[in-house]
Amino acid sequence: WQWLLVTMLSVCVHFPGLTESVIAAACSRVGQSVLHLDRRNYYAGNWASFTFNGLLSWIEEYKQKVQITESEQVWRSLIDEGEDVVPLSSVDSSISNLEVFCYARLALILLTTNTEHEVSEPEEEQHTSDISEPSQSQEEKDSQPISSPADPPVEVEKKITYQKLVKEGRRFNIDLVSKLMYSRGALVDLLIKSNVSRYAEFKNIGHILTCRNGKVEQVPCSRADVFASKQLTVVEKRMLMKFLTFCLDFEQHPEEYQDYTEKPFREFLKNKKLTENLQDFVLHSIAMVTQQTLTEEGLKATQHFLRCLGRYGNTPFLFPLYGLGEIPQCFCRMCAVFGGIYCLRHSVQCLVVDKASNKVKAVIDTRGQKISCSHFVVEDSYIRDEQRQSTAYRQISRAVLITDRSVLPSESDQQISLVTIPPLESSAPAVRMVELCSSSMTCMPGTYLVHLTCSSSGTAQEDLAPVVSELFHVSTIPGEEPSEVLWVMYFNMRDTSALDSSSYSLPSNVHVCTGPDGSLGSDCSIKLAESVFHHILPDEEFCPPAPNPEDIIYDGDGPQAEGPGFDESVNTEAEEEESNQE
Amino acid sequence: MNLYCFTIYRSSSQLSLSVFCQHGRVKIKSTAQQEEEKRKEKEKKLKAFVSARDAVLKKRSAGEHDEEALQLTRQLLSSNPDFATLWNYRREVLLHLETLREKDEVQKLYESELHFIEACLKVNPKSYGCWHHRTWVNTRLPQPDWTRELGLCDRCLSLDERNFHCWDYRRVVVKASGVSVEQELQFTDRLIGSNFSNYSSWHYRSTLLPQLHPQPFHSHRVCEEQLLKEYELSHNAFFTDPNDQSAWFYYRWLLGRGVCVCVCLELLCICEDTSAHPMLCVCVCVCSRARGDDQLCVYDLHVCVCICGRSELSVEKSSVLQAELQSCNQLLELEPQNKWCLLTIILLMRALDPLGHEKETLAHFQTLKEVDPMRSTYYSDLCSKFLIENTILKMEYAEVRVFSLSNKNLTTLCHLDQLLFVTHINLSSNQLLRLPPHFAMLQCLEVLEADDNAIENLEGLYHLPKLEEVSLRNNQICKLSDLESLASCTKLTRLDLRGNPVHRTAHIESELSQLLPRVTALSL
Repeated sequence: WQWLLVTMLSVCVHFPGLTESVIAAACSRVGQSVLHLDRRNYYAGNWASFTFNGLLSWIEEYKQKVQITESEQVWRSLIDEGEDVVPLSSVDSSISNLEVFCYARLALILLTTNTEHEVSEPEEEQHTSDISEPSQSQEEKDSQPISSPADPPVEVEKKITYQKLVKEGRRFNIDLVSKLMYSRGALVDLLIKSNVSRYAEFKNIGHILTCRNGKVEQVPCSRADVFASKQLTVVEKRMLMKFLTFCLDFEQHPEEYQDYTEKPFREFLKNKKLTENLQDFVLHSIAMVTQQTLTEEGLKATQHFLRCLGRYGNTPFLFPLYGLGEIPQCFCRMCAVFGGIYCLRHSVQCLVVDKASNKVKAVIDTRGQKISCSHFVVEDSYIRDEQRQSTAYRQISRAVLITDRSVLPSESDQQISLVTIPPLESSAPAVRMVELCSSSMTCMPGTYLVHLTCSSSGTAQEDLAPVVSELFHVSTIPGEEPSEVLWVMYFNMRDTSALDSSSYSLPSNVHVCTGPDGSLGSDCSIKLAESVFHHILPDEEFCPPAPNPEDIIYDGDGPQAEGPGFDESVNTEAEEEESNQE
Repeated sequence: MNLYCFTIYRSSSQLSLSVFCQHGRVKIKSTAQQEEEKRKEKEKKLKAFVSARDAVLKKRSAGEHDEEALQLTRQLLSSNPDFATLWNYRREVLLHLETLREKDEVQKLYESELHFIEACLKVNPKSYGCWHHRTWVNTRLPQPDWTRELGLCDRCLSLDERNFHCWDYRRVVVKASGVSVEQELQFTDRLIGSNFSNYSSWHYRSTLLPQLHPQPFHSHRVCEEQLLKEYELSHNAFFTDPNDQSAWFYYRWLLGRGVCVCVCLELLCICEDTSAHPMLCVCVCVCSRARGDDQLCVYDLHVCVCICGRSELSVEKSSVLQAELQSCNQLLELEPQNKWCLLTIILLMRALDPLGHEKETLAHFQTLKEVDPMRSTYYSDLCSKFLIENTILKMEYAEVRVFSLSNKNLTTLCHLDQLLFVTHINLSSNQLLRLPPHFAMLQCLEVLEADDNAIENLEGLYHLPKLEEVSLRNNQICKLSDLESLASCTKLTRLDLRGNPVHRTAHIESELSQLLPRVTALSL
């Protein structure tokens, strides 16, 4: 670690989520030296994607709540006169109420059958046992032990077993955060502008759905949808199209909504003579706002949705292949290409503050090294309560499901669907569901990965379990029709997006980034990244386009062929190097 | 240890990046450098293209039909697929090679040709040469693979649904491969579903439906049951986007198809002297007025809506049209300014009850002229036409001889073929600009009143053998020469030209008496 000490860092980024990765990439791109530290052994923090097995160990880790013993003595000796210390929190408390349920049957492997065989020949799989099914909801780790081979094999419909999920676990990329990318949102614009988009691939969201009266149906949002819709009368079609056309440039017609600026959007919709049906569609599925949202905000949200239509197909959303966790990694890669240094399983214990200027001048890592830096970017969850002015933050309720059939079977089973589920009572939050198919590279073939998100009113399970049982057949009783849901995880995630710099009492060169917010897009995180960047480097351009590999001139002994290679290698080599050091 | 350290510095206006690493020093090219490189690249390409082109043309004039020719034209066409001469040469070469090879090899030869054309289509999907060559290759191919060709068309149309080259080619493929009409209808369903602003698919549909769902006894029409479904489809389209014309056009075709066309011809000889008048042959053929009964048929080609006599609309048809009128009125309530809706309503009203709806029709025409001022003259003409039709419909037996179209804001005259027996016609207080040549059809005409118009031109007052009296007060006749055609009306004795600019002409009276010596009562 000698080399770290010799480097005078400009920016030290801690706990890289999306916002932090973007800041790191932007700083590194304009020539700042960036050190990226993460306590974890994976990238992107709460923005991470896990394989199924990776997620299981993440769950284990959460349950154990490893307490890192703080060794105050180590860093005490490093503090000089005129310096003060701000300790950082070492425990991540942003996740809570984690619950896991497994409904997939456990395969009863006949003693004569080896596991290889079982996968390749489906008839073997039929020899499953139903005794493994927990009769009451039982925590996943309890149901893990394989049922005793003494039970007689029962012929049941061919289902994916828990073992198969574990065996094919590498095919899963399960995000902790569930978001989609608006085709004209800040994130897509940034990916294009900075050329970071070349590091990822994307898939169109195929269906925009909603759930009304327990039935899943298509939301008519584009012109072609409205035309083809069988649920709407022709008059409704006209009213909806008229309203949507108006929303597209609503600013040009202030007279239409002037009287409603102080009133809820819902009332405005009523005034526009939209039927109950259409009001639900617009409010929940297109604008995706709540009953209380004011008219202007609702109009803006509708406009944003509509402007995104048609850029990459008939729906306004994209999803990155291999999961949302790809996006922070792409920015990390960009950062590494321009010299950013990455250290996983390595974190900062405390900040060293210069008393005279009240600025951070260095950080002390968990190994007791003092690293100088001129700016420190950190995720909110590392901030101790002593440094907070306010602790008012919301929670997001999340559920992750693995199912074996789509919520709306259609001609093509390889579609990503967004389902908005309006609340049953007007006070409750609307639930957003994203169903990912296996061609999005987030789950194994034959399964769907379903993310549910809403802002919390209780624990995630309280909020979302009713929706899960409404939309899916969840069976716990042996002998009944097998459950569509194979595996469920509920958890709450802290939503700190409402906090800003006034919420913390920290030196001015410490930049706190909020965690993922509950909205569908990532605009909030990108805007925050841009503002932090301009705070750090007021005169520099934010993420200018990275040069194409062919525009790089190679002289000296390096042959041309090595050009494209170094893009790819830096990131991984930094990682490898890190592990070598361990 | 692999340690990469990148530093960036800005110098003057250009950005360069240098990378210090163990592989050496890396710099980024400046914009000027990049452009210079591009220019050089372009120059090099042009040189290569020109020399290859010259070589090919030389080979062709030398009559060489070999593999090398294929190779060379391939290179040229893949960068410019619109070079028709090269495609021609290629066909010559292929035809020659065909004679030298076995059947299997010929199949292979043409298959590779198809692959090559596909690559060219990627360069220019609208290249005439490519599509034509592809059609040709398929006619030469011993075993053409039509499914693959259909797949290609689908791919091209999904990229650009209005690529008419592809539509044309597709028709060839469908015809050759015998795809069922039903499948084709589903194909149009799919295309219309993804974007209904597509005339090609709607039109294709209109050719398929009569084949698939013919009306009993009338194979060129669509059966009622299917028509209702099609009405619904077009409602969906124009309620979704009433400003899109394609669905409206289709809808009009449907309506036109639903109504029976009936033209009764009764040949009447009305002219004593047939040899003298070129117009007469036309008169006799077109004449379709059956005297004495109520049946009157007008076939309106222009809008494809046929207006039949009252007895012609069956109860079912009229109830269908009535329902359609209601749907359109519903849309009009939501979109009072929509011109397509207004126009369709007018046409429906005409088909149902032209007299009963006259007032509403006129009001709708007024709105149309306001919302679509660019076409106001067109609407005026259409309105004139309908008003004349209505007047003819209302015509009493007595009016067969004495007919009045005064004070109706007419801008044009039509259906004169219905008025061949008229002796007295009153066109006063309209907005007519001229009496068109076919006005000469009114061979029985004795008295013409056309006061208070804006008539400048009297072409139609020509060889009217019975015309005795013409009143053209307050019009726009300016020159003596405009009155020349009157000289051919041999019985003309009374002419009223008061309130026309022509009276300002010097020596007008003497000139006129010279031109029209038989006119005894002239008012100026």
